[in-house]
Amino acid sequence: MKVLVTVKRVPDPETTIRVKSDGSGIETDNIKYVINPFDEIALEEALRIKEKLGAGEVVLVSIGDSVVTEQLRTGLAMGADRAILVGCDQDLDSLAVARILAKIVEDEGPQLVLMGKQAIDDDANQAGQMLAALLGWPQATFASEVVLSDDQQAVKVTREVDGGLETIGFALPGIITSDLRLNEPRYASLPGIMKARKKEIKEVAAADLDADMSPRLTINSLEPPTQKEAGKKVETVEELIGLLHDEAKVI
Amino acid sequence: MADFIDTDFYHTEEFLSEEERLVRDVARRFVDEEFLPRVQQCFREGSFPMELVPRLAELGFLGVTVPTEYGGAGMSSVVYGLISQELERGDSGLRSFASVQSSLVMYPILTFGSEEQKKFWLPRLARAEAIGCFGLTEPDFGSNPGGMITRARRENGGYLLNGTKRWITNGSISDVAVVWAKLEEDGRDVIRGFLVEKEREGFTRQNIDGKFSFRASVTSEMIFEDCWIPEDNLLPKSGGLKSPLMCLTQARYGISWGAIGAAIACYECAVDYAQNRKMFSRPIGGYQLVQAKLVTMLTEITKAQLLAYRLGRLKDAGKMRPDQVSMAKMNNVSTALHTTRLARDILGGNGITDEYPVIRHLLNLETVNTYEGTEDIHRLTLGRYITGLSAFE
Repeated sequence: MKVLVTVKRVPDPETTIRVKSDGSGIETDNIKYVINPFDEIALEEALRIKEKLGAGEVVLVSIGDSVVTEQLRTGLAMGADRAILVGCDQDLDSLAVARILAKIVEDEGPQLVLMGKQAIDDDANQAGQMLAALLGWPQATFASEVVLSDDQQAVKVTREVDGGLETIGFALPGIITSDLRLNEPRYASLPGIMKARKKEIKEVAAADLDADMSPRLTINSLEPPTQKEAGKKVETVEELIGLLHDEAKVI
Repeated sequence: MADFIDTDFYHTEEFLSEEERLVRDVARRFVDEEFLPRVQQCFREGSFPMELVPRLAELGFLGVTVPTEYGGAGMSSVVYGLISQELERGDSGLRSFASVQSSLVMYPILTFGSEEQKKFWLPRLARAEAIGCFGLTEPDFGSNPGGMITRARRENGGYLLNGTKRWITNGSISDVAVVWAKLEEDGRDVIRGFLVEKEREGFTRQNIDGKFSFRASVTSEMIFEDCWIPEDNLLPKSGGLKSPLMCLTQARYGISWGAIGAAIACYECAVDYAQNRKMFSRPIGGYQLVQAKLVTMLTEITKAQLLAYRLGRLKDAGKMRPDQVSMAKMNNVSTALHTTRLARDILGGNGITDEYPVIRHLLNLETVNTYEGTEDIHRLTLGRYITGLSAFE
């Protein structure tokens, strides 16, 4: 079974993000980048499926300039078999990403596409759904459990929805986007890192894919969230109630 | 946890390859997620977290530079250094476990061992199916290892060992000890290396208790009383004091990176504390004397990073000299120790509790500054290098 996993390069969630003074973006000097954590979970799930079946192929795909090879190499070190880098130096919105991915899916013909439910940089949460629509494939988003049928022709996916869990099933091929609790991704090991040296990263130019990448969204400005003020310690319940009433005006 | 880049003032990150950064991040994550949550309890109890040993092996942290044909990871010395740094950001005891296994057990077997010894032991040591230790220091011979009184005598087609080794990391949890002893050859004593399995008769070990440092690490005494080992247990290519000193050069190289990790842990803690702890009217980080301490800490960390990085590249190019290692070990550990003391001071009373990592690192570094060549001995080594005159005797 061939599983395609999408990988986006995003700032490390532990990095302190500073917005540029003109609001046009974030300061990128000295920022550490990682695989989008939800994509890492998607990759872990793909690796587990392959290990369980004892056969198959896990293919990574990422879109961006050459620096993205760092994240692809990390994914290969975790255990993916090969990677595709779609070279592109323009900013893409979710629809453009989905259109590029649709071309890659047509070319690769995976039975399953595993994606993060969203990227932690722009939190758009759209590429998976849009890709499903473009391909006309079934989708299960926010997956917390994935069970492949014995004949490998269908999946059952438990989804985290408001108020509980929902289990849905569909015939493959299809698209699954991962939620936080799907699994805990493994680390790359040193032997894995050594093996990754020899694995292929195929480069494809986005411009050659005949995908419509024209932007439909523009970012007008970015601003940092307002600084949270320090809390207050109160001595008595009465004082707390007084403050909630008079100052916070919530009761 | 403060951001890693906050302690990379001169952007040493840019010196590293993509692969080196990846390994560093893996080690960092292992320490944050699997080691740090349990270190406080280990240090309190005086126990080493044995359950993490298989994980160290799985991740490839044992025998980083050992060729893959013998089960090692076959990676560079810079990679080994970065792993040491991250492990010691956790605890000096964790880094020591990996240092001993890699530099003081696998290295001598790889360098001085027979093909059979290499094939038998190295893959087992890499997979942590066997744990090793290194017996050079004796109760009365620390800085002067050449004076050792442990002896090997030829007997029954093998060797009979007699003597005592002390301050041995991993001693009582090891399956095999690399033991250095004097053997008479052509009428003169030559220091040779021997492999002694834990089951050998006449070989006993005991833990050294009452430590206030390296509590999350096993430190032992090993006693050999007419302990017989077969001829095949001699490391055939070992010969002279130079052999164990070559091993120590490897380990000291790793320590010069490791100390940076301990210093970084304390610096991060002190910066965070200074920004948040208010005294009189404002955070203590706003006072000049506290700022001066933080500046010293970051400056020393930055200098140590540059020494370690350059030393690593020299080592990988085959150009590293032992006296260069002496400078890095001496400087990086002693400045790291100074950094932990400054951090302890900034944390005030909180600096003495194990709620913060500072006192634990401080106590550990008191050991690191002494073992593997004391700060003073490395100074004398460098003094001899500069003047051509030995101040040892």
